[in-house]
Amino acid sequence: MTAFDASVEMRPKLVGQRVKRTEDPRLLAGSGRYVDDMAPKGLLHVAVLRSDQPHARIRSIHVGEAFTVPGVVAIFDAHDLAGDIRPAIPASRMKGYYATPFRPLAEGKVRYVGEPVVAVVAESRYAAEDALERISIDYAPLPFAGAKEEAAAGDAPLLHEEAGTNVIIARTFARGDVDAAIAHAAVVVKGRFRMTRKTPMPMECRSYLAEWDRRREALTLHSSTNIPGIICDVLGACLDLPGHRVRVVAPDVGGSFGGKGSLNHEEMLVCVLARKLERPVKFIADRMEDLTAMSQAFDETVEAELAVDGAGHLLGLKADVIGDIGAYSIYPWTGALEPVQVVSFLPGPYRMEHYRGRVRGVLTPKPPTGPYRGVGRPTSTFAMERLMDMAARNLGLDPAEIRRRNLVTAEEFPYRTGSGIIWDRSAFQDCLQGVCALVDYPALLRQRDAAHAEGRWVGIGLASYAELTGIGSRIAVAPGMPINTGTETATLRIDATGAVTAAFGISSHGQGLETTLAQVVADELGCRMDDIEIQHGDSALVPMGTGTYASRSAVLGGGAATKAARVVKAKVLKAAAFLMDVAVEDLEAEGGIIRARSSNATITFRDVAHAVYAQMGCIPHAQREDLVASESYDPYLGTACASTHLAMVEIDPATYAVSVTRFAVAEDCGRIINPLIVDGQVHGAVAQGIGAALLEEVVHDDTGQLLTASLADYLVPIATTMPEIEILHVEAELPDTIGGFRGMGEGGTIGAPAAIANAVADALAPLGIEVDTLPVTPERLFRLVAAARNATSD
Amino acid sequence: MTHAMTLTVNGLTYTGVVDARLLLSDFLRHELGLTGTHVGCEHGVCGACTILLDGRSARSCLTLAIQADGATIETVEGLGRMSDLGRVQQAFRDHHGLQCGFCTPGFLMTITDMLRHHSLDSDAEIREALSGNICRCTGYQHIVDAVRELARERGPLK
Ligand code: FES
Ligand code: FES
Repeated sequence: MTAFDASVEMRPKLVGQRVKRTEDPRLLAGSGRYVDDMAPKGLLHVAVLRSDQPHARIRSIHVGEAFTVPGVVAIFDAHDLAGDIRPAIPASRMKGYYATPFRPLAEGKVRYVGEPVVAVVAESRYAAEDALERISIDYAPLPFAGAKEEAAAGDAPLLHEEAGTNVIIARTFARGDVDAAIAHAAVVVKGRFRMTRKTPMPMECRSYLAEWDRRREALTLHSSTNIPGIICDVLGACLDLPGHRVRVVAPDVGGSFGGKGSLNHEEMLVCVLARKLERPVKFIADRMEDLTAMSQAFDETVEAELAVDGAGHLLGLKADVIGDIGAYSIYPWTGALEPVQVVSFLPGPYRMEHYRGRVRGVLTPKPPTGPYRGVGRPTSTFAMERLMDMAARNLGLDPAEIRRRNLVTAEEFPYRTGSGIIWDRSAFQDCLQGVCALVDYPALLRQRDAAHAEGRWVGIGLASYAELTGIGSRIAVAPGMPINTGTETATLRIDATGAVTAAFGISSHGQGLETTLAQVVADELGCRMDDIEIQHGDSALVPMGTGTYASRSAVLGGGAATKAARVVKAKVLKAAAFLMDVAVEDLEAEGGIIRARSSNATITFRDVAHAVYAQMGCIPHAQREDLVASESYDPYLGTACASTHLAMVEIDPATYAVSVTRFAVAEDCGRIINPLIVDGQVHGAVAQGIGAALLEEVVHDDTGQLLTASLADYLVPIATTMPEIEILHVEAELPDTIGGFRGMGEGGTIGAPAAIANAVADALAPLGIEVDTLPVTPERLFRLVAAARNATSD
Repeated sequence: MTHAMTLTVNGLTYTGVVDARLLLSDFLRHELGLTGTHVGCEHGVCGACTILLDGRSARSCLTLAIQADGATIETVEGLGRMSDLGRVQQAFRDHHGLQCGFCTPGFLMTITDMLRHHSLDSDAEIREALSGNICRCTGYQHIVDAVRELARERGPLK
């Protein structure tokens, strides 16, 4: 396999080109089709009455005058749906874990502000919302612990009594003797790092439309999801429908970043209502509902201690991580996804013998945390990279130098980290050197020193990290989860007109996979891109597919596409050889034309397809094969993907606003399918990382209420927040995946927060300030500076 | 309460009756079926719903349909078709200025307005012009590239 791949690499065609995206014309012309653009006949709309209590027993629900509102069709609470749908159970084999049942509407009690309690179905959303205002819920408030540390205490009020504790996840990863390493180290640095809660905030809010086909007794859910296959399976189980009577289709989806990558209450709700009412039912979240109740992100505190020898070599790391996972363990990933990734990735891309990482996931009355671009690694990288800089400062080493001394080198691969992750063949060192060369690091340091001499708060920060992408079957994407995230299938078909259809279980929602997968197929098959249609985002397309998440689609989808294209190509050439009366080995295909090398005779794909399907008896039946193949791919280990980010910032001493003046990324994403798309992914992910570093924070107050329920309160980067991002692609030795692709959609979100935190700390180094909480808002900075000044004046 | 209303959208005149409280965004999307205009926040921050109202960019989520009585409206559907993209649309495609495409119609309409009325001769000015629209996918860089090219091509404002 490897030798064959190398030969592909020698004759690059569409793969590697800045091909313009095939999905663009429809999206640019306003001809995209997102869920809310659909309006089947008889459509009903749902509005949801949500809990205004963080933890309370539902005493009674008063529907009052709601039914008198013109257009109202029906009103439901959990009791009304009791026999119609089973809860989803986010199972995992983790020891000591409790899987919180997940329902469309709260049953008996509510566990966070924003949890759906009552659903109103009406002829229009306007009418449904009018009716909501007439419904009242009588709650008996229950005590709660809002902060994760308090919720973890033995005497804390329980959110799920059946669990017997709020700490439903507890694990430890260890290697060596970290206590001894710390005891004997020349330098020990420590900190308590906090990455606050975020929301993924895709521009399209969550949107669901369920249709019940009375004739077939079958359900179709149109969902803004990026995991249609997983949603289809769980809905089938909850609604007791066999696979051929439930289908989940993700049409055009307006971004996800993880926020649409789990099961949602309202997704279950529209399905059960459509079946009950036998009419199409639509729920479109508004922005406040998404900010209140979409799955959220991060929210961990990492207490960590790093031991380093006198030459700056890492000896050991000890960490205690506590993650606030919200009120439910999310389906299917479980609440372990985010915090367990933090301890798994905390040792970073470095050589280090001793490690002990303990992690707890704690239930609190907030929306569940779930996948968000980067998962766990933005937090682990933030903590580790801060410690690296603190150690460097302590030893008088340059931050680039301490990283150089510790990053795993090419000769050391495969390297197993203290937490058990295996790093293999990625450009750890080259990315560090590359980014320094790209910005002329020594000159940048001189600029910073000159600015410091003028009393300006200017700083430079580095962050190196590695991630696993395109993970195969060796490890589940989430710990202990019984879902197959390690394979993907491609079904490729040439029809009688010569048109090529390639269908996948993945689900593109902005990544441009319709373009990149067509590039891969065109190269492998030898046809034109225009002849290919890529189908995705539909549970009915291939026998088994889960969706697009965890930077897997280029690796797994690209691998499956390559395998399927090779099989179909062999069939095409075999038929062509028969028709042309030449040997198969004599044939080559390019641009939809098959040519015999010896005679230069040609035949088109179209003619071959026509002969195979439409010309009766043209090819004897015994030799005739349908031009179809379905192949799956499992990269087993997956690939490591490394990067170093560099940020330069300046802090305004009057407003304490941080502006990012330079930002550079050197990253290794293996063989690049489309540089235009890769750059776009890096830009977008870095923007979200800058948001996490400087702006974005979901705030719940002491009474459990959300304070950031609008885009005027939850701030995301706008065009003026962003610097021009400089990118260097390091295409390292090809990993062991078909095509040599690595996943790359998440990295920017991982490195940027740490790089900016380090840059801010560097800018304030003259005041001896360390950054331990993100985002570093002007308010946080002001307090840090004021405290430092008070300390020196004392 | 309902009101009679007449307005012109992308060159076509519509006459009808609307509820007083109907948002212009909902009217365009659900009454006229012009679903190219998107709704990202319904509170005036994100810019996804931007249209041109009598030639200037406006938030259709903060406008009642009835306020557009007698007005001329342009939406993304009026900029060009899939097979015949308008200039701003084409520049977005050339520079990969969109990913999920959800914010895109709002950006295209804002930029159409900005190109008509602002000099846009520095990146800082371009970013300022775009600062009323949120894109969560692109990090804005490729959008800035597209606008830079469009502004250069247009030349100085008369
Ligand atoms: S939808 Fe109108 S500004 Fe966001
Ligand atoms: S392209 Fe997705 S929000 Fe802008």
